[in-house]
Amino acid sequence: MSQLNLHLKVWRQNAGQPGHFQDIDAPDIPDHASFLEMMDIVNERLIAKGEEPVAFDHDCREGICGMCSMQINGVPHGPEKATTTCQLHMRKFRSGDTIWVEPFRARAFPVLKDLVVDRSAFDRIQQAGGFITVRTGAPQDANALPIGKEVADAAMDAAECIGCGACVAACKNASAMLFVSAKAGQLNLLPQGKPEKDRRTLGMVRQMDKEGFGNCTNQYECEAACPKEISVRWITKLNRDYAIAAVKEAFGNAPKAGGGGD
Amino acid sequence: MSLDSHIPSGPMAMKWSKHKQDSKLINPKNKRKFTVLVVGSGLAGSSAAATLSELGYKVKCFCFQDSARRAHSIAAQGGINAAKNYQNDGDSVHRLFYDTVKGGDFRARESNVHRLAEVSVNIIDQCVAQGVPFAREYGGMLANRSFGGAQVSRTFYARGQTGQQLLLGAYSALNKEIAAGGVQMYPRTEMLDVVTVDGHAKGIVTRNLVTGKIEAHAGDAVLLCTGDYGNVFYLSTNAMGCNVTATWRAHKKGAFFANPCYTQIHPTCIPVSGDYQSKLTLMSESLRNDGRIWVPKKAADIGKPPAQIAESDRDYILERKYPSFGNLAPRDISSRAAKEACDEGRGVGPGGRGVYLDFAEAIQQFGQKTIAERYGNLFAMYEKITGEDGYKQPMRIYPAVHYTMGGLWVDYNLMSNLPGLHVLGEANFSDHGANRLGASALMQGLADGYFVIPTTIANYLVHQKPGSVTAEHPEFKKAVEDCTAQTKRFLNIKGKRSVDSFHRELGLLIWDKCGMARDKAGLEEALQRIPALREEFWNNVTVPGSGDLTNPELEKAGRVADFMEFGELLCRDALHREESCGGHFRTEHQYPDGEAKRDDENFSYAAAWEYTGDVSKPALNKEQLTFEEVHLAVRSYK
Repeated sequence: MSQLNLHLKVWRQNAGQPGHFQDIDAPDIPDHASFLEMMDIVNERLIAKGEEPVAFDHDCREGICGMCSMQINGVPHGPEKATTTCQLHMRKFRSGDTIWVEPFRARAFPVLKDLVVDRSAFDRIQQAGGFITVRTGAPQDANALPIGKEVADAAMDAAECIGCGACVAACKNASAMLFVSAKAGQLNLLPQGKPEKDRRTLGMVRQMDKEGFGNCTNQYECEAACPKEISVRWITKLNRDYAIAAVKEAFGNAPKAGGGGD
Repeated sequence: MSLDSHIPSGPMAMKWSKHKQDSKLINPKNKRKFTVLVVGSGLAGSSAAATLSELGYKVKCFCFQDSARRAHSIAAQGGINAAKNYQNDGDSVHRLFYDTVKGGDFRARESNVHRLAEVSVNIIDQCVAQGVPFAREYGGMLANRSFGGAQVSRTFYARGQTGQQLLLGAYSALNKEIAAGGVQMYPRTEMLDVVTVDGHAKGIVTRNLVTGKIEAHAGDAVLLCTGDYGNVFYLSTNAMGCNVTATWRAHKKGAFFANPCYTQIHPTCIPVSGDYQSKLTLMSESLRNDGRIWVPKKAADIGKPPAQIAESDRDYILERKYPSFGNLAPRDISSRAAKEACDEGRGVGPGGRGVYLDFAEAIQQFGQKTIAERYGNLFAMYEKITGEDGYKQPMRIYPAVHYTMGGLWVDYNLMSNLPGLHVLGEANFSDHGANRLGASALMQGLADGYFVIPTTIANYLVHQKPGSVTAEHPEFKKAVEDCTAQTKRFLNIKGKRSVDSFHRELGLLIWDKCGMARDKAGLEEALQRIPALREEFWNNVTVPGSGDLTNPELEKAGRVADFMEFGELLCRDALHREESCGGHFRTEHQYPDGEAKRDDENFSYAAAWEYTGDVSKPALNKEQLTFEEVHLAVRSYK
């Protein structure tokens, strides 16, 4: 195990006030430490000096809860592909490096403190239709509705999204299309989700717009930054689902009987 | 005090049906008048909040994470059990019930376990209807796999992330109810205390983690769905924020804490690499199907690259000690064997706390491609964390804490001895006894939330006048003042040590004295040292920043302060239980082959500890366990 001597430029900000970069030297960082453990070490040293530690979001530290964020050297979750910040390890850096650490930046993700941002817009988008309306206790037997393995696997591909917001942070427009398309796509694809497909699609897309996320201009930065490698093909599907739902709505939402439309 | 578990009469298989029939009903118009406070939004919390709202109750749900979807249920990998018998391999409700009671080493309450097995089948139906993408076969039917402690394939799964998919299902149900106006959600809000009025739990005090505001919430009942206390060990596979505060504060307000010494250790985790380590990562124990566990025979070989250690100089510890089971020996036995080798100075890797898990022979036999197909994601995870290639050199593994069976005592209605306070999921004690089987944690969380509490809560509420207590009540004012005072106290200590340094020291002590193996002398030593450490904490901790903003150090301080008290109860319970059972292993009580030696005559009870006003002097209450269906036997998998 070797040690790294690093120089950090860390974003410091209190909610509603202007922020700034703080220069922090980080000598003697074990290369086996994760990026968040490096931040822990930095914070311990700040506390020892009587300074306020850097606030950042984190929880499971195994790449699944989606709580950790951070823009590292301009890239959401840092340089390693398909990896959340908590799973990024310091051996990916070199001694002498300067590392820029910023919060995810988007109008819809206001900074709460330092590197902590408010991503509750994602919850509100989900509340606008990201569910199947079924009461507890009402369903039929689970195997009464066969779902082909290909469809189930595709739905699972979309369902891997951890809702971290890296797609938004990576996009020059701060678009949330990858997130919304994965969430809507999973349910729109499954037979259980068909009855509410149009409602769901319209509801989620409109809420997304209301939250202040930008438009998608097909740069695919989101897919490149996604720690779960969600494909931009879901955006294509969402665009199609939205067009169908919007047309139906414009014509009085008439042809319901035909099913979901794809 | 005698504990009445309110187990329904009648034959085991009929108890739940009978209880549902006998349970009270509240008419829809009146349900709207009741407010239920749900603390925690994991599988138990989300499913309970959503279902109670569907029924018409007003629900407030609280979580400390920034979104309900991030609760730690999300990290469960393996799967969820259900007695569907889709495989036609002889499974049944009774068999799942039997396996769970036996797996729990005969320290669970039979009637609760039977109910769990009964509703397991409804859980799968519910999740599928919500759009949970379980693995399927080509014909479109649900796929199953087998899991430890069972001879049938009853585990449903969604890649390696079953917990995430089930939680997202429950979260979607919760969102549906938030949108409908039935649930008010409070993310980034931590519960600091339970408020009791005339001996009933009627509310909670919370801190808004963004604004620092300390607030009171009144309700007609309180549901704690706040998970486990594994982070008392500092290092565990839990998320960083998991804590004991909600259940511990409830305990100090009168709720009994049952069986805290039942903690589960998982054998195949990635070892600690340095003192900066913040958490441990679990790898599926399926790795032991093809990996061979060994350490050098001679301590002198420590530090040599493994490839340079001759075959004759390797000690395949499990194959030597347990020739019939070999590397597939049960979790607790495998864990202790690794610990013993490391205690003897033969552990490998940084700090000497690790054993090799070697795939060389399997790769030679089946080819790397086959091994990669079986375990590719685990090799990748290992590489990411350690920087080592498990195909080219043996992996290093070491056991870690990953689940706790103990929790607040509850009766058959999931209500604690404190009226109005209900406890669901991992936070209660009832279903897993002294040891939990794989793929049963998710099952219990959802069983309690979707199917049990929506029926049983009415048995309490029907006797309550809705809205009779408001947050204007003096007890709420007092509780808010107490919490505010504690926050101020933390900020004013201005000592020399960080919160984490105390947490780390406490965790190491408890791991050392009350971890995989426990003995009287060690536990007594821990009981001496914990109060001293606690005193130092209250005099020498430093919490920078202020109380009225986002302040992670302040959040941690409150959690660690509670761990400092809870840790003592954990050790005291372990000291009092003079037997070995499941996850509780007292070295004084074992069979010659290392199996846990239970003492059914003297310890066939749940130990429910009562707070007496002095953390160091809890009173012991016992719920005697009776076994009508499953006969007490030595737990053996040979």
